[in-house]
This record gives sequence, structure tokens and C-alpha cells, in this order.
Amino acid sequence: MSNRLSNAYWKSNLKILFSLLSIWFIVSFGFGILWSDQLDLIQIGGFKLGFWFAQQGSIYIFVILIFVYVHLMNRLDKKYKKSIEQEIDKN
Amino acid sequence: MTTQELTYLFVGLSFALYIGIAIYSRAGSTSDFYVAGKGVNPIANGMATAADWMSAASFISMAGLIAFMGKDGSVYLMGWTGGYVLLALLLAPYLRKFGQFTVPDFIGTRYYSKMARLVAVLCLIFVSFTYVAGQMRGVGIVFSRFLEVDIDQGVMFGMVIVFFYAVLGGMKGITYTQVAQYCVLIFAYLVPAIFISILITGNPIPQLGFGDTLVNSDTYLLDKLDQVTVDLGFTAYTENIKSNIDIFCITAALMFGTAGLPHVIVRFFTVPKVSDARKSAGYALVFIALLYTTAPAVGSFARMNFIDSVQDSKYIDAPSWFKNWEGVGLIAWNDKNADGIIRYEFGNTFKDGRPKFSDKLGFSGERLTTNISEDSNKNEVYIDRDIMVLANPEIANLPGWVIALVAAGGLAAALSTAAGLLLVISSSISHDLLKKTFKPTITEKQELLYARFSAAIAIVIAGLFGIYPPGFVAQVVAFAFGLAASTIFPALFLGIFTKSVNKEGAISGMLSGLMFTSIYIVYFKFINPDFNHSENWIFGISPEGIGFIGMIINFVTSILVSRFFNPPTKIVMDLVDNLRQP
Repeated sequence: MSNRLSNAYWKSNLKILFSLLSIWFIVSFGFGILWSDQLDLIQIGGFKLGFWFAQQGSIYIFVILIFVYVHLMNRLDKKYKKSIEQEIDKN
Repeated sequence: MTTQELTYLFVGLSFALYIGIAIYSRAGSTSDFYVAGKGVNPIANGMATAADWMSAASFISMAGLIAFMGKDGSVYLMGWTGGYVLLALLLAPYLRKFGQFTVPDFIGTRYYSKMARLVAVLCLIFVSFTYVAGQMRGVGIVFSRFLEVDIDQGVMFGMVIVFFYAVLGGMKGITYTQVAQYCVLIFAYLVPAIFISILITGNPIPQLGFGDTLVNSDTYLLDKLDQVTVDLGFTAYTENIKSNIDIFCITAALMFGTAGLPHVIVRFFTVPKVSDARKSAGYALVFIALLYTTAPAVGSFARMNFIDSVQDSKYIDAPSWFKNWEGVGLIAWNDKNADGIIRYEFGNTFKDGRPKFSDKLGFSGERLTTNISEDSNKNEVYIDRDIMVLANPEIANLPGWVIALVAAGGLAAALSTAAGLLLVISSSISHDLLKKTFKPTITEKQELLYARFSAAIAIVIAGLFGIYPPGFVAQVVAFAFGLAASTIFPALFLGIFTKSVNKEGAISGMLSGLMFTSIYIVYFKFINPDFNHSENWIFGISPEGIGFIGMIINFVTSILVSRFFNPPTKIVMDLVDNLRQP
């Protein structure tokens, strides 16, 4: 199997991980903890925003993140499979 | 039918269902027993993972904890769900790709060392037994309160049930039983939550009702709760008490600990493909989030209801749930000013902690205690936080069948988690200790027999923990997560994402994480508990959050030590390369 291709696959994988985990960090540790008090100054309905992120919002975003990851990885897997087939055709 | 008859009926029916499923899906091979033959549908596996994960602590205790901790309770909500993001992105797909049976399997192979495998087994057994003790206790509490049998008999009955399907069915039996248990527990959690949400806010969706206005009023529930808690001398419900750094570290320790818990990781070994492992983690979190986003709503309703229904009422007129739980010994009323009226506010009821009941009754008929009264405040009520979810339907005056349902749900949560834990304990003994380390010559049939045998022994030990609960169960939960975060998670992560970390690095990393975290927790929780205050903690980090620092120490040690020894062999490098390909 081609080294160049699997390296490229791994790099794209890491890029996906990095961007999704940044969001993971920002919504939980950021909005829910570090900047929570500032966000609490904003109130939507009965919720102060920081409190909402800490007890509700972060969890919803976690769920979305995993499904986005599933989607991106399936797409990447497909793309990778295609390029391998092309490579084999060329040889 | 009375509530008690209904409870017997619901619990009996659910148990019959679990046993039926166990007989239907018996395990025939070691692969069936350890990883359900790797043939579980990802959605079913997601449900099973959710049931496996949500324990008696999630079902029974968590909303109660949040009710009394307010915003600080978020550490559990974010910590116990955010870990799944780490699991899905950083571990599950790669470990499934690796394709063996247990977590120590991966560590032993990746770090080409029996020693590494043994250290992993040690951590795994410690983490899992810590956890299982709490589950059996949960079974005992539900039995004693709702079925009015002795706690010991309740625990034994629970042991027989778990024995039946874990020993017979292995992972295969457990998986399909857990799917049924998830359905029972989530139904049992949501029904009372919806009822109470309608009663308090008029909104049928608890997640929204929680931010809605109170019935017949323009005041938001949370604003009202803030005002009431402040009036009674507490910190406002939606404000933190703990420091930010402590909240940060506890949340992180719980997240990384969750991702490192062996009984959760092993669930992702049971699906057919790598892409199924990713998907399965997503479904698991959906099913978990359903309960975890409801819990903070339940917590706020419970706090509001609790204050409303007991504050300043005469003990003689107190609602029946108050007296029922007083009967079990989890509520106590210390009539400090002898006026017969219940007063609840900030402060300790007794100088010496939990109530110790005498046989005598007081003026109003309350159970008297032999405790020393704390007279520097006016708070007269002692309430055990564990009872809030179980008592909630009674507090809100819901019909008997809802109460019966909650009892069945609590049992489903405790039993499903206990079974999953017992299975990883037994497979680490029969597979990692016997087959892979000390007795490699045994046949598959013998291995399966040993697996069943060690599951049986593990159940007996767990049962004994339930009957004779070591006083430290609550304290050691921090331990389980701290250890998983500071030992297992870094070893797995570095095994996948670096090639340079070798066996010397991994072993010294795991041992340094293990030692640092255990010494810190043992010191503050057992040796010198009076010293357990924020001014004495390193950087103000409590023992609950220290696992995060232990994890960083593990990472640094592993990477530094690896530099001084030979890099891993070519076979290991190829293994890592292989994990990283689709």
C-alpha cells in the first residue's frame, strides 16, 4: 500500500480531530467553565447562557460533534479508497 | 393495586424479561463471551453502552447531587458525557481496528510486554471493583425502600439475577439484556420527569421546562430558585461555589476517566466494523444525553419541590414521603427550637455528620437521634442526596405506578452496570492473566470455563461489598475515575498517536500516574480527612480532580523516559501504522 497515501489519510484524520476537539474544548471548558460567568450576564428565557452551556448546551454539541466526525470520516474513507483504486489502475 | 404490589409486578416482569433474553442469547465461544462474537448492531450497541454506562449513580444519585450543588453539578454532566467525544474520536475506532478482546490485550501488545499487561490488569480490576461495590449498594437501597425486604436479601437476589445472565450469556447475553434495561431505565426516568415538569412549569419537555416560568406566574423557575436559595442562606442555585480551577480539573478528570474506563471501551470491540465503532459511540451518547439533559431539570424541580413541601410546615402534617424516608434513616429532623415546625436552611443539622437514630420518638413523633446538635444555625433537616430521584415522584404526588416504574428503572441501571463490570473483571482474569500470561496452554473450552468461573467469583465478592458496604464507597468513586484518567487513558492514547513511546516509557508513565493520583487521594480522603480543604490542596485542586494532573504527569513521564531506551520493534511500528489506516 502506498505510504504517501496513508500519510495523507492520517494527516487529514488529525486535522479533523483537531478542529472537532477545539470545539469540544470551547463549549465545555470555555463556555461552561472559564467564561461561564461572563456568559451568565446574557439571559435567554429562563436560562443564563453560561449556566445553560454547563448543564445543557455542551451535551447537545457533544452529540453533534460525534455525528459530524462519523460523517467526515466516512467521506474520508471513501475518498481514500478511491485514490487507492486509481493508483492501482495507473500501475 | 397498592404501590407496593405494582412495584413487585413491574420489577418481577422486568426480571423475567432479562432472564428470558439471557437464555435466548447464550454464549457458545470465548469470542461470544468476551465480545459478543463482534456481531452487534451499532444502534443496539449504543443502547447497551448507555445502559452499561449509566449506573445507580447516574440514575439514583446524580439529579439529587445536582439539586443540592446547583451549578457546580455541571462537573458531572459535562464530565460524564464529554468523555464520549474523546472515546469516539481518539480511542474507539483504533481499538476496534486492533480487534482483540480486552483493553490489557492492546496495552500488552502495543508495548510488547507482559509487565505492561499486568499493570493494566491491576488498574482495571481496581477501577471495576470500586465501581461495582456502589452498584450492589444501589440494588440494596431500592429493594429495602420499595419492596420492604432486608437490604441483604435484596443484594443476594440481585446477585442471583446477574449471575444468571452474566455467567451464562457472557458479553452476548449482557448486551441484549442491557438493550432491554436501557429501555426500562430511560422510560422510568423520563415519565416522572415529564409529569413533574408539567406540574411545576406547564411545559411537558423537562429540558425546556427547566428554563420556563412557574405555573400561574411570570417568574422563571431558575430565578425563583436563585432567590429562594439565597434567602435560606445558600449560594444562588445558578452560581458556582467551587473555584474555576477545581471545576476545570474535576470535569477533565471525569472526561478522560470516562474515556479510559475498561468496561465502556470494551463495548466498542463488539461491533462488526471500524466505522460501526464510531457510529456506535454517537448513538451511545444520544441515549446517554437523553438522561443527562433531563437530570439537571429533575434536580432543579426536586430542589424547588422539596423546599416548597416541607419548609415551615408542622411535622405532624408533613407529607408521607418525609416520614417514609425518615423510617429508612435517610432523612432526619432535629427540632432545634422544639416548636414542632420543620425549618430548612443553610448549615449542618448535626455536628457529627450522618444521623445515628435512637429507639425513642420525640414530641411530634419524629425519630430522635443520638447526634450532637449543631446550634449555630437553624437548619433542622438532614437529607441524604441519594434519595431525591427515588422520592421525587412521591414528593410530587404522582400515581403509584410511576413510583413502581422508578424502582424497576433504578434496578435496571444498577444491574446493567454491575454485569458489564463483572464481565471485564472476569475476562481480564481468564484471558489476560491465565491465557496470555500464566497458563498459555489452556484450550478455548477451558478458557471459557475459567471466564465463567471468575465471573461467578467476582459476583460473590461484589455481593459481599453490597451487604457489608465498606464506608469508603462514596470516596473511592473519585479514585476510579482518577485512576482511569491517569493510567489507562494515556497508555492507550500514546499507543495510537505516537510510535516512539516504548514499553519502558509506558510502564513508568502508568506507574507514576497511578502513584501520584493514589497518594494524593489516599492522603486527603483516608489518612488526613480533616485536612481536606481547598487551602491545603495543590493549586486548589481537590482529590476529585487530581486525576487530571496525574494524567499530565503520566504523559510527560512516558515521553521523557521513552527517549532513554530503544524504540519499539518494527512489528509494533507496523501495528501502529495499521491502526491508522482505514
